[in-house]
Amino acid sequence: MSLFHTFEGFEALGVSQAIRGSVWLFPAIEALHLLALATLGGTILMVDLRLMGAGLNTQPTVAVERDARPWFLGALAVMLATGVPLALSEAVKLYDKPSFWVKMAALALALAFALAVRVWLVKRVEAGSPAAWATAMLSLTLWLTVAVAGRWIGFS
Amino acid sequence: MLEHFVTWLGDTPWSVGLHESLYAYTVIEAAHVLAITLFVGTIALVDLRLLGAAFRDAPMSQMLNRILPWTVIGFAVMIATGLLLFYAIPVRTFHSIWFRTKLILLLAGAVNIWLFHGRVQRDVARWDLGPTPAAAKVSAVISLCVWAGVIVTGRMIAYNWFDCDKPQGAFVKAYAACPAIPGVTLP
Repeated sequence: MSLFHTFEGFEALGVSQAIRGSVWLFPAIEALHLLALATLGGTILMVDLRLMGAGLNTQPTVAVERDARPWFLGALAVMLATGVPLALSEAVKLYDKPSFWVKMAALALALAFALAVRVWLVKRVEAGSPAAWATAMLSLTLWLTVAVAGRWIGFS
Repeated sequence: MLEHFVTWLGDTPWSVGLHESLYAYTVIEAAHVLAITLFVGTIALVDLRLLGAAFRDAPMSQMLNRILPWTVIGFAVMIATGLLLFYAIPVRTFHSIWFRTKLILLLAGAVNIWLFHGRVQRDVARWDLGPTPAAAKVSAVISLCVWAGVIVTGRMIAYNWFDCDKPQGAFVKAYAACPAIPGVTLP
């Protein structure tokens, strides 16, 4: 079975049909997706700003990352729980949109970087150093790509 | 009066240009969403700190001095891009019940910030690491609700269920100040 057929299968799912059949469901889920985006963006910024020496300077970077993590993971969970049904409901349309695939690739990289690389780096790099700036910039660039590509899905 | 103003605004060449542009409107809207993320994302974490739900070991003065400047930058970009988005589609937006609700919420948010700064933040040194005063917690809850409402109503402006060119009930017609002859002033 080809990937396109899989996407056709996604769109035929009950949840997809329910979302397409309702006037309110898609916008309501979309609004939740945006609320979680703001929270997620805030938690990412707290850590990246601290790395650049521009955030909570009295707190160790490790402490800022640890404090931000529950809200980061919570917001991420809501992003996925709302984003997945939105995508399922229009899977065939998304299959043909480069912006969707750019978003998914950037999301995979951003998640791997945040959950595997950045948590390791915050313990080792000195805030304000070139290495810390590079870490923060890479993190912000990856997440910005996810957000901008995501917004582009609606226009392309 | 306002009706004439938004009609005039919508007929200016730059408004038409922005509305019909392929990329300018899209880019401004993307910048608007990112600015909201910066603004609401940072203010929400300050609110959560006030409620004792995040960054509990960070002194409150640190949150206010080091994080709120980013909130202000986000707010400025959000307002600037928001004005441009309104300028691109003024008549329809003026008659949108979502936009009108969003303006009321923005006003409520501004009053809440003004009260917080005037009454609560002034003596922050006394509770920098101690328990947050009840007034500050109330302010934080109002802030979280108001800005969440701004995001939701803002997103809904894009949907046309309650537009004046569709049959609407008396409440929507009055709240949106729909023109007597629908379709005449609408694009």
